[in-house]
Amino acid sequence: MEIDFENEAKNYPERGQVFDFLTPEQNPALNVDKSVLLYIESLSVSFDGFKAINDLNLYIRDGELRCIIGPNGAGKTTMMDIITGKTKPDSGLAYFGQTINLLEMDEPAIAQAGIGRKFQKPTVFENLSVWENLELAMAQSRDFLSLLRAKMSVEQMMEMSEILALIGLEEQIDKPSGALSHGQKQWLEIGALLMQKPRLLLVDEPVAGMTHQEMDKTAELLRSLAGRHSVVVVEHDMEFVRNLSEGGKTVSVLHQGSVLAEGTMAQIQDDERVKQVYLGE
Amino acid sequence: MIRLLDQDRGGKWLIGSLLLAIVLVPILNSLPESSSLHIPTYSISLLGKYLTLALLAVAVDLVWGYLGILTLGHAAFFALGGYAMGMYLMRQIGDRGVYGNPDLPDFMVFLNWQELPWFWHGFDQFWLAVIMVMLVPGILAFVFGFLAFRSRVSGVYLSIITQAMTFALMLAFYRNEMGFGGNNGLTDFKDILGFSLQSDQTKIGLFIASAIALILGYLLCRAITTSRAGRAVVAVRDGESRARFMGYRVENIKLWVFTFSAVLAGVAGALYVPQVGIINPNEFSPINSIEVVVWVAVGGRATLYGAVLGAILINYAKSYFTVELPDIWLFALGGLFVLVTLLLPRGVTGLLKRKEVE
Repeated sequence: MEIDFENEAKNYPERGQVFDFLTPEQNPALNVDKSVLLYIESLSVSFDGFKAINDLNLYIRDGELRCIIGPNGAGKTTMMDIITGKTKPDSGLAYFGQTINLLEMDEPAIAQAGIGRKFQKPTVFENLSVWENLELAMAQSRDFLSLLRAKMSVEQMMEMSEILALIGLEEQIDKPSGALSHGQKQWLEIGALLMQKPRLLLVDEPVAGMTHQEMDKTAELLRSLAGRHSVVVVEHDMEFVRNLSEGGKTVSVLHQGSVLAEGTMAQIQDDERVKQVYLGE
Repeated sequence: MIRLLDQDRGGKWLIGSLLLAIVLVPILNSLPESSSLHIPTYSISLLGKYLTLALLAVAVDLVWGYLGILTLGHAAFFALGGYAMGMYLMRQIGDRGVYGNPDLPDFMVFLNWQELPWFWHGFDQFWLAVIMVMLVPGILAFVFGFLAFRSRVSGVYLSIITQAMTFALMLAFYRNEMGFGGNNGLTDFKDILGFSLQSDQTKIGLFIASAIALILGYLLCRAITTSRAGRAVVAVRDGESRARFMGYRVENIKLWVFTFSAVLAGVAGALYVPQVGIINPNEFSPINSIEVVVWVAVGGRATLYGAVLGAILINYAKSYFTVELPDIWLFALGGLFVLVTLLLPRGVTGLLKRKEVE
């Protein structure tokens, strides 16, 4: 049989192209004309007089991978809480694209607009199986009545198996996720996050409790996600951040609720103020 | 419908036995009284009563076991459904009451009322009563849930509020001015849909209706819990804030399930009243709601059939102890609760499951 090589080749993904199922769903209201996906401007919030976030300015470009580091109490988690709608700031702006005002929305609305969040502590639904966890995370109507009637379509099924392969939990699909190891839970949560097809991923300390091997795998995955998604990673582990930000990716240093320094990892490491904060010199 | 019971052995047993009972009970009742297999009619009514209480337990299990809201006020929805049915039964008495007034129930004549209060109008129609049986508890649960869930009240506080709700309703229904018969409640019913409530046939009919209601209620709950929505419900129970960050409107999910469960409880109450022949404000008393939770705990949470088992077991024990050991039945019942809580943290069904695994 004669093989039509030219047409055959078209069936293979291009080099550097990510799987289709990882393509985020475009929210029609999202406008990224200025190629900035997330605007945070002069944001402040205080708890009982303590300024957790103090005049914070941060811009995340569309498709960017951004690492955020900072000592404990620098306001990293509070910043994520504000972006995802859990905490309301005292003043400032937070916009998703040009038009979507995050401060007017609650958590489910923000999640549906395309912002996904991975928590520091792995949070999976322990009584549900791996499969069910992914099923719930899947991009779909979240309305109770449509959930009642929902059936798994073939495409969805394939999407699920692809994510399962990606996070390496194919063997465990029927296992209650509470029975997974710590690292597996982290991966399941990442898989669940991908099922949501968010445009912006907020990832809080993804490698806490992971082995070196798992860390490398996570770094690889996060880097491959950038481009189609914007990824914001908050991390303590310097080794991991160095690995992740290779190739001149921007790193922001948070200190006392505002951005202390921003630049490539090399620039950051040379910055006197950063040294002072981290080493107390 | 069969698919709903695919993974549910307990449910298959339950529905199988109920169907069997529907066929067998009328036959056994028709046997001569001398036969050892004869079931007396009063036992049938008692069984029917247990089935309605089991339906109430299923409703509570849906909310507590699956959604994670420890409701201590579900007897209120049960009682409201019962009152709606009671109002219909009162109007059916017509001029056969003690005072012989064709329009006004006895207690209104006694209170010197001249005309029927507006909310009693239309209750001579069975269809309206049936709608009200579901609508009134449903609306109360919707409004209550809307306010409570939106302000993110949860845990013990929510339980206390549900308890306060049923207590407030009890106090309100005790008042004669409310127009529901005060502390005497509604009683002295004569017939339902033209059939005398005293006749054996009607009693068997009500038993069968209760069994069918329990089967349907069970299957509906099962349909919810086995659907994707059911998984979302469990997700809300186990990780409310995570469900929110995933884009689920937790309040809406809670509101749907809570309201549906209240409607089920209302139906259970409506079937309960004609079989016991009375509804009074005591049905609202907080202890009743707590008892239902105990039934579910004894049977085993989040299994649905466990709730049925627990409700029937405990109510049977209650009836048995009150006859056999009238002086110490409360202690016996209390002892049973303590034993189950200590030895069977996952209820009777937990024990069955463990046996299965072994």
